[in-house]
Amino acid sequence: MRNGRSKLAVLAAVPLLAAACGGGGDDAGGDSSGGGDLSASLTGAGASFPDPLFQDWIYSYTNDVQPGVDVNYQSVGSGAGVEQFLEQTVDFGSSEEHLSEEELATAAEARGCEAVQFPVVFGSVVIAVNNPDLEGLVLDAETIAKIYDGQITSFDDPAIAELNPDMDLPGDEIVPVHRADSSGTTAVFSHYLSTEVDWWADKYGEGKELEWADGLVGGQQNDGVAQGITQNPGGLGYVNQSFAQEAGLTVAHVVNEDGTPIEPTLEATIAASEEADIPDNFQFSIDDIGGEGYPIAGTNWIFTYTCGYEQASADAIIDFWTWALTDEGARDVAGELGYAPLGEGLTERVIAELEKTNADNAPAEGGAEEGEAEADTTEE
Amino acid sequence: MSTEAPEAPKAPDARRGTLQSGKGRLADPIFKWTVGVCGTVVLVILALMVVRTTAEAWPVFAKEGFFGFLLGEEWDSGRSRTEITGTYGAWPFIYGTLVTSAIALAIALPLSIMIAVYLTHLAPSRLAKPLSYTVELLAAVPSVIFGLWGLHWFLPHVLRPFFDRLEAAMGWFFLFEGPVRGVGYLPAGIVLGIMILPIMTAIIREVVAVQPLEQQMAAYALGSTRWEVVTKVVLPASFSGIVAATMLGLGRALGETIAVLMLIGGSQSWGGSLFDTGSSMASHIAATFGEAAPETRTGLMAIGVALFLVTMVVNILARVIVWRLGQITGDSAV
Repeated sequence: MRNGRSKLAVLAAVPLLAAACGGGGDDAGGDSSGGGDLSASLTGAGASFPDPLFQDWIYSYTNDVQPGVDVNYQSVGSGAGVEQFLEQTVDFGSSEEHLSEEELATAAEARGCEAVQFPVVFGSVVIAVNNPDLEGLVLDAETIAKIYDGQITSFDDPAIAELNPDMDLPGDEIVPVHRADSSGTTAVFSHYLSTEVDWWADKYGEGKELEWADGLVGGQQNDGVAQGITQNPGGLGYVNQSFAQEAGLTVAHVVNEDGTPIEPTLEATIAASEEADIPDNFQFSIDDIGGEGYPIAGTNWIFTYTCGYEQASADAIIDFWTWALTDEGARDVAGELGYAPLGEGLTERVIAELEKTNADNAPAEGGAEEGEAEADTTEE
Repeated sequence: MSTEAPEAPKAPDARRGTLQSGKGRLADPIFKWTVGVCGTVVLVILALMVVRTTAEAWPVFAKEGFFGFLLGEEWDSGRSRTEITGTYGAWPFIYGTLVTSAIALAIALPLSIMIAVYLTHLAPSRLAKPLSYTVELLAAVPSVIFGLWGLHWFLPHVLRPFFDRLEAAMGWFFLFEGPVRGVGYLPAGIVLGIMILPIMTAIIREVVAVQPLEQQMAAYALGSTRWEVVTKVVLPASFSGIVAATMLGLGRALGETIAVLMLIGGSQSWGGSLFDTGSSMASHIAATFGEAAPETRTGLMAIGVALFLVTMVVNILARVIVWRLGQITGDSAV
């Protein structure tokens, strides 16, 4: 039954190319009842941070929207995602850092055409503490940096007391917990501290792994950090928001650029993404967030090429991501899992960028199949 | 392994023997070559791995110098695609590997010998069988399970209270200096010890079980107690087998990755106390490989080379010690 359907889908795919590109977004809901007309098998690799969301999206999309499309996303880590994208072993890559000019140049040289990148989802990094009495604890960049530097060693430190005048702070020794593995969460966290605190930038800088101060506890993955927090009375660590939400951790409020302590909620992350100044090349980071925005926020990017795909694959890539970015259900799922979907204005810009995928070898009329088998190196 | 087989008897020369048929003439050379190739494959694989990783890691060795890399205490990996910009000193990881393996051996060696002796000499047979199976079952548990169990249950409920008491009583001694943070060298080493216990027990049990009964009977006949028979007859004769088991256990401990990664507390610094957090070579590679930029990966390859070297040096050292002991005690089997 499934086979018969996908054969039909193959036949249908060629004349419907244009329709799939143009109409995928707005009436994605309609598609889901219609059963879909695309047929392709896509592979992607990259960041583990959005993996739960991507897997949910892929499940819904390949079951309800386009049963002819297979998407296989491997959460091998951002670094490996970028590498595999540059080596062209996957159809799309994903990372919590945008491609640098150097990487874009490498990509263009290897593939023979430009790569495009666009954000698909935002997420926050939250400061979680063990002690549930500290719910609503307010911290700012300076105090967080001092905690991780070992300058602030207990919760009743004057610097913390000043930010929390009404709170009864315990004298527990703070045990800062960090990610032991190389991680985009660490990158977002340290980027925030480097932007806000000068001495942090000099001493530790930013990156996916840092040379932490002595006496800190490292945890493998989010789970390891959560264990480090919960197994020490004064445990304090950073994890991504979706994990903290799932694990029910007690989280601190963080003071943003306008001096407002912000609770890390989905709304606050969306607000942050709207505050951010996003250039047309989508090479940005979310800095200096004010208003209602939560200040420690990161982005997940997707990378594709402007040429070299089989047309069916390109259509599927564009359709899948358009669906993920615009479908109401898909956006709701993102929210439920603790990720912030893109705002409206940004979505339009991202879709415009997304549609550049494979645009450089748009098929001549009727000649869609010609030459593509050779050009495509991703299907091996 | 260090148990050397007595020299195999030479086969009669087929040409002069009674086997004159064509088949018979070919069988021996074919057998010889097949076995020979199989034996060489091990060497070839090893050589390929060493050459390849060393070649990939070369830029890092070139920048840091060989000993600079091994003894350097700072690890600050760069993220360049083309050149080496970071600082690479692998000592914190080498130290972590050595310390956790030493703890693991210190726990597993006496335990496995005692278990083996119990299973072969003391346990009633209806208990010995199921116990042996249990030990072998334990050997089949994947390391990630040990890691998860260690992190989520064993550490908070068993080790942590023990550590707190140990620190309170022995905190003046540099190895047990606080603060106790849960994860660290000691819990990683202890869980590692539990992990290598089954394989060591299984080998030692086999060796102990095949010791000639006559010698033991003779010792009993001379009025030896069971304790004397075990410590003076059985164990000395099993020495080379125990060493072999230790080498295998040590090999596993040195290379163990995921369980150590979960329990060692992953920092890039090192400290003298067993409660300190650190990283082992294998765990650091696993922790950072996924997100590694090409330059970082070069650094990780260099750690791989260092891990190979450390394993080799430890093995050679062990051989030398065994050889010396063998000379002293006159154990010809060594």
